Amino acid sequence: MATTDLAALDTPCVIGGRTFGSRLMVGTGKYRSNAAMVAAIEASGAEVVTVAVRRVDLDRSKEEAILHHLDPSRFFLLANTAGCYTVEDTLRYSRLARAAGFNEWVKLEVIGDQQTLLPDTTGLLEATRILAAEGFKVMAYTNDDLIMALRLEDAGAVAVMPLASPIGSGLGLLNPYAIRTIKHRLSVPVIVDAGVGTASDAAVTMEQGVDGILMNTAIAEAQDPVRMATAMRLGVEAGRLAYLAGRMPRREVAVPSSPLTGMLG
Amino acid sequence: MATATFRELVLTVNGDRRAVAPGTTLADLLAALQLDPRLIVVERNREILRDRATFDRVALADGDVLELVHFVGGG
Repeated sequence: MATTDLAALDTPCVIGGRTFGSRLMVGTGKYRSNAAMVAAIEASGAEVVTVAVRRVDLDRSKEEAILHHLDPSRFFLLANTAGCYTVEDTLRYSRLARAAGFNEWVKLEVIGDQQTLLPDTTGLLEATRILAAEGFKVMAYTNDDLIMALRLEDAGAVAVMPLASPIGSGLGLLNPYAIRTIKHRLSVPVIVDAGVGTASDAAVTMEQGVDGILMNTAIAEAQDPVRMATAMRLGVEAGRLAYLAGRMPRREVAVPSSPLTGMLG
Repeated sequence: MATATFRELVLTVNGDRRAVAPGTTLADLLAALQLDPRLIVVERNREILRDRATFDRVALADGDVLELVHFVGGG
């Protein structure tokens, strides 16, 4: 079987001055077991893995602490502020995450609504400004709205992360046009975060030209997370290469692939 | 006021009240809870204590509110 030398066909993914080895980033939540999580992350080929900041459960701290299961020298730990509904909480969680001592990066979420988990973009913009000024590298989870994406870039985000569809929904890419437009207009990388459900969603999303995808539930809730993580890795690579290759034009009429000449008389 | 010296300190640790002996340091508390300071972040009365090397010199006070946090699985 032919192997793909991606490095020869693609440029590296660079965000905030740092080069990442994979365009697929994965979350670490909702797995049936820690062993299943580790196996799936290995299969995904991801370098960036997201983690959440929570109180230590004083009765079972070793079981839940992610650092007992993932080697921080092999993976880039990207802390999120999931579950934060106010700017104040978001800043508090971000600062606690940085104090863990791994890096100054944060996947910034300010959630605006419990039912849809859609972002509160006004709060997000304010928190991005404050944290960027404090030296954080902010990756901002936002709507698929161009104007807000531009504002977040201006506010100092190192990457903008529009959603494909709501967190954990698996509905796939609902608005390819919006994502494509954001990618066209921003200078900072665009990483689609949330909503991808299966490998074809990942490929279609990457075909819009974005720099990467972050996902969690699609892998964690698959019947077989290792197979799905592998499928997602291949889907991201396939979509990326298809984008770089430049697709053929769409036509409303058929065009034969075989010669019209040389037909039998 | 010799008795006050021996009165135990009542802390709030991750939302739960916890009594400790006077003179208990942060390092003592973490050891009693079997927590590795390198794997957690400590917030005391809303202030993050960044320098883990000083935990054995941080004397806890009655009424302190401590949050001990770490990284868990998340997306």
